Parts: sequence; structure tokens; C-alpha cells
Amino acid sequence: PTQFIQNTGCKQMLMEMGLLILQNDNSERRRHDNSERRRNDNPESETNGQPQNRAQQVVEQDEEDEELTLKYGAKHVIMLFAPVTLCMVVVVATIKSVSFYTRKDGQLIYTPFTEDTDTVGQRALNSILNAAIMISVIIVMTILLVVLYKYRCYKVIHGWLIISSLLLLFFFSFIYLGEVFKTYNVAMDYITLALMIWNFGVVGMICIHWKGPLRLQQAYLIMISALMALVFIKYLPEWTAWLILAVISVYDLVAVLCPKGPLRMLVETAQERNETLFPALIYSSTMMWLVNMAEEDPEAQRKASKSSTYDKQAAANQIQNEDADMDDGGFNPEWEQQRDSRIGPLESTPESRAAVQALPSNSQASEDPEERGVKLGLGDFIFYSVLVGKASATASGDWNTTLACFVAILIGLCLTLLLLAIFKKALPALPISITFGLVFYFATDNLVQPFMDQLAFHQFYI
Amino acid sequence: MTTAVFIGCSFIAFGPVLALCVCTIAAEPLSLVFLITGGFFWLVSLLLSSLVWFIAVQIGGSNNASVKKNFLIFGVVFSVLLQEVFRFAYYKLLKKANKGLMTVSQEETIPISVRQLSYVSGLGFGIMSGIFSLVNILTDSLGLGSAGIYGDSPQYFLSSAFMTLAIVPLHVFWGIVFFDACEKKKWWAPALVILSHLLVSGLTFLNPQYDGSLVPSYIIMMLMGTWAFFTAGGSLRNLKLCLMCRDKDFLLANQHPR
Repeated sequence: PTQFIQNTGCKQMLMEMGLLILQNDNSERRRHDNSERRRNDNPESETNGQPQNRAQQVVEQDEEDEELTLKYGAKHVIMLFAPVTLCMVVVVATIKSVSFYTRKDGQLIYTPFTEDTDTVGQRALNSILNAAIMISVIIVMTILLVVLYKYRCYKVIHGWLIISSLLLLFFFSFIYLGEVFKTYNVAMDYITLALMIWNFGVVGMICIHWKGPLRLQQAYLIMISALMALVFIKYLPEWTAWLILAVISVYDLVAVLCPKGPLRMLVETAQERNETLFPALIYSSTMMWLVNMAEEDPEAQRKASKSSTYDKQAAANQIQNEDADMDDGGFNPEWEQQRDSRIGPLESTPESRAAVQALPSNSQASEDPEERGVKLGLGDFIFYSVLVGKASATASGDWNTTLACFVAILIGLCLTLLLLAIFKKALPALPISITFGLVFYFATDNLVQPFMDQLAFHQFYI
Repeated sequence: MTTAVFIGCSFIAFGPVLALCVCTIAAEPLSLVFLITGGFFWLVSLLLSSLVWFIAVQIGGSNNASVKKNFLIFGVVFSVLLQEVFRFAYYKLLKKANKGLMTVSQEETIPISVRQLSYVSGLGFGIMSGIFSLVNILTDSLGLGSAGIYGDSPQYFLSSAFMTLAIVPLHVFWGIVFFDACEKKKWWAPALVILSHLLVSGLTFLNPQYDGSLVPSYIIMMLMGTWAFFTAGGSLRNLKLCLMCRDKDFLLANQHPR
């Protein structure tokens, strides 16, 4: 239950030789002003749109500030819009088609008070109590997580995360699949089902907790967020859900920004120890290719460590005919072809790899190297989807309300990313989006919907 | 009503704008962000105008059908005016954002030109307007029922789709003309834009006499389209070059080998 965005650019050396997101985005290249002027100035390399000299733009500590402001440019915004939109689309599509998730089948134990009461006052009181209980549970779990992290009980945390992802990947997806089959009246035998769920779950566990292709990991994180959001939509009664959304965004604000807030302590401890946070709780938009890099040999390392600003292109030109053929660095030809076609010809030579590895890296051996890009906590995905899902499930304005909430959440996310670029530290992603979402939900449902309804009735257009 | 009507009407209304998005917006993340922000501004204007309408109806408090219709007409007029106000507000915001981006990035050129911004913002307004007008109608067309058995027009869905088809490009053209006029401080042009918007909305009051509302709307759309084309720097010569694939700047920009 963590909801925050982490600014990963704060202190690490960034490697752009890697395959960021494979878009030809020139505007970002132009911004690496100072660092580029010192090395190979190839202004032509950007005009035809091919990001050829992505090589090693080593970010010095003092130039970080200027670069960071625009790192979170439009590209990063879109890199987060896409998964958030996808998660919401999955949730809304499921809500609209599978009636299981809109049927009332009881409530969670965290929300024991029912909302089927006789008076409005009683209902309000019950929902306030439910929200209070749920929030206290979340606070307690977050504090527990922070305490465990602080006292380095990694095994307990990993065990906890593994159990929860097991539950999500196997049990909840089994229920989901069952309900989808029921809705579309598909006949299925247990053996096929078991095989499908087994494969889905095991690949998911591997991707999320260990290594896997970036896209697959992102897809799995989106799926488990959607499943969790569907569970919340089903088991939280209406007023409770809205109250919980409101209170949790306040909690998020407090927990991430207050000096003694649990989430802020979590982020600061992680940064002190130069570790990345648990992959199972964070959606990250990019990953570096360094995980596949081969071992360097000692002479290359010595040679490379002499130059501080390493010019990849020049070095590649110099040593092109040496033992580059023998030592392809562990990349097979197809991968290299692919890489060449995307980011222009590069040479992965022992020197280049050594130079890369000689850069002070602050990742531990067992962890992935730190990533560039923006990260969004899975809790944010879940609560955004809960808001939009509830809007589509219960609104009388139907699609108008859903779309309005969707746009509101995206704009809130955009604003949060803008603030992230300005303040450069971990920020809560929930408050702005959820506030906009709630405002737009109630306003659209009660004000806009009658207006649009009347307009459509008379076929007036505004 | 069937799936065919649903698919047909949605593509009539949103086909051109989808093509526009795929060809011009999808590749540019910055444009996409500004598109969604433009849609948000339109949404806020709609919210405020429905608030005003709602309050007016509550105060007026009558169940008479013609009184309700009058309130609705007032609501439409107010909404149109508010939309244009928000278009101006968006223009101001974009200017400020551009200035901010320039000072921060130390670049000589701004990352996105005002002309492109005007196009994108018009598109954003148009998309949100079209979606909000049509999406509930489309959902109804998927379901059960027959249009027009109570004496209304049986061409309800088709005409709604065609009207939306006119409105979305109109917003694009209005955006282009509006921003350009604000840049050049020609204040008669935004006034004309507002008037034409009011005219188009006013023509819809004539529904269901579709020849009175649809045909003039399309004529206005063509006129605005030509005006926007010339405002954006087009000319007959450009058009000819483009259509005959001889426009060198365009070709260079898209790296077509010749």
C-alpha cells in the first residue's frame, strides 16, 4: 500500500546507451547542453531524427538540476499515461461486461458496517466508521512495512510481498477468469484452466520478483493492479468507497510530505542505502540494459578509467578492428541488429563496457541498477482504477461521468509530474488526481448529466 | 438498432478526428499532453455552465415544458460563451507555459509552435465536445428500442453523428483562427468565431428539421475551414504543391526519397 512517485534521477549516473523507450524524441537530446558540449559534438546527429549519439551522456552531479527539470518532460508523462489508461480501460471493460463485480456479495472484514440502513444518518455514520477502520488498517500496515524495512528484515518483507502476489496472481485471476467465462458462456475444463492459471501465475511471479522483459513486467503489474481494483470495487459499498478515496489521498499527502511520515521515511531510507524499492510495489517505466552486460577484462578497465568523459563514438572508431569480433559482450547478432536499427550503430567493446562499469554505480550487486524514468506506486494505479470503476458502475451519467473522471485523473497525474519536475523529490501521486476525480465525479453526475440529457433530448449542441 | 448503427455512427462522427489524431498527435507526446489538457479545459467550462443552468432551473422552478426549453436555450448560449472564454484562458496558459519552458531549457526555439498549439487545443476541445455529445447516444443505439416511434425523427442517430462530424472540425478551425487572432491582436476575429459558434449552436435549435440545421452547419464548417487554412499559412499554391507531391519542405521533413 504505497502510493508515491520516486524521483530516481537524484543521484545516480545515468546511462543512455541503453534502450530507453524507443521513441525518437529529439527534444530531450537537445537539453543535455553542458554535458554534450564537452564531448563529441555532433549536431547533425539529431536533425534527421535518428538518436544516434545516445552514447554515454554521463550526468555530472552539478548538471543534474538543469537536466532533471526537463527529464520529466512530456515523454515521461505519456509513459505514465499509457499504463494508467490501460489499467482503467481493463477495469471499466470488466465492470461493464462482467456483472459479478457489480453484484453485492457481502463486504470485506475491514468494512464491517453495512450500508443497507434505514436512515441516511445511519448510513453516513456506518460509512464513516468503515472508512476509519480501513484507513487505520492501511496506516498500520504501512508503518509495519517501514519498520521492517528500517530494521532490515528483508526476508519478512519479501515473504509478505510474495504471498500477496501469489494470492493475486493465482487466486484472484482464477476467480476473474471464471467469471469472464460465465459471462460469455464459454465451456472450459479444469485441466486447461489449471494449465493456464499455472502458467500465468508462475510467469507473473518470475517477472515481478525476479527478472523479465520490461513490457511483460509492466503488463503483469497492470493486471494485478486491475484485479485488486476490481476486488475493491466489488466489496466496498458506495459511500464507504468515496470516503476511503478521499481519506486515503489525505493520508498519502501526509505520509509522503511530513518529515516523520512513514512513506517519506521509506523513500529516504531507500535512498540512503542506495537501493531500489521493491519491484512488486512499483511500476517503473524504464529499465537499463546493464543487467546483461558481460565481464570486462582488467586491461580494458585500466585503459578506460583514465578518461573521465568517455567518448564512445571516438573510442569505437579507434578500436573498431580489434578483438571486437571475438568479444561481442554477450549480445547475440539479432539483438545487436535490433539495437542498431533503433539507436544507430554502436560498438560494445571491452573498453566501452569497462568505461561504463567504471562509472561509480551506486547499486548493490544483487539489485538491478537504478533506473531512469518515472516510477509510480501500484497503490496509485489501484485507487485511480477504483475511482473510475466505481464511476462507471454506479453513475447515472454513465459514460459521461466515466470519461470526465478519466480525464480528471490524467490531468491530475500530469500536474503531479510537473510538480515532481519542479520539486525533485518523492511526491504523493494520489491527492491531486483523486481530488479532481472526486470533484468531477460528483459534479458530472449531478450537474452535467441532467444538462447533457436535456440537450440530447432536444438535440441541441453546444 | 444494431451494432451496425453503433459502428456506423461512431465512425461517421469520430473517423476523421481519429485519423487526425493518429497522423499528427500520436507521435508527439507533447501534443498529446496538450490535447488532453485542452479537453480538460472544455470539460471545466461545461461543468461551470451546467452549474449555472442547474441553479437557474432550480430558481426558476417550473415544470412547464416551454419554460424548461427556454432555460435550456439560455444554458446553451451561456455554455458557448463560457467555452470561448476558456479557449482564451487556455491560450493565455499556453503562452505562459511556453515562456516558462523557454527560460528553463535555455533553448532558442520553443518546443512547440503556437500554430501547432492552436491546432492541438482546437482538437482537444473538439474531441471532448464530440465525445460528450455523442457517447451516451451511441450506447443507446447498441441497445434495444426503436427511434422515432413517438413521433420524433427516426434519423436521430444518423443526424447526431453527422452533427458531431461537423462540430469537431469546427472546433479545430475555431481554435486555429482564435489563437492566431490573439497572437496578432486582431480582436474582430475572435468575435467572429464566437458569433459563428453561437450561430451553429443556434441552428441546432431548429432540430429536428435537419435541413435547417445540418446543411448550414456544414457550410459554416467549410467557410471556417478555408479561413483557418489561410490563417495557418496555407495558400492555393501550397495546396497544389502538396497534392502533387512536389512540396519540398514537406518532403524533406518527412524524409521521403526523391
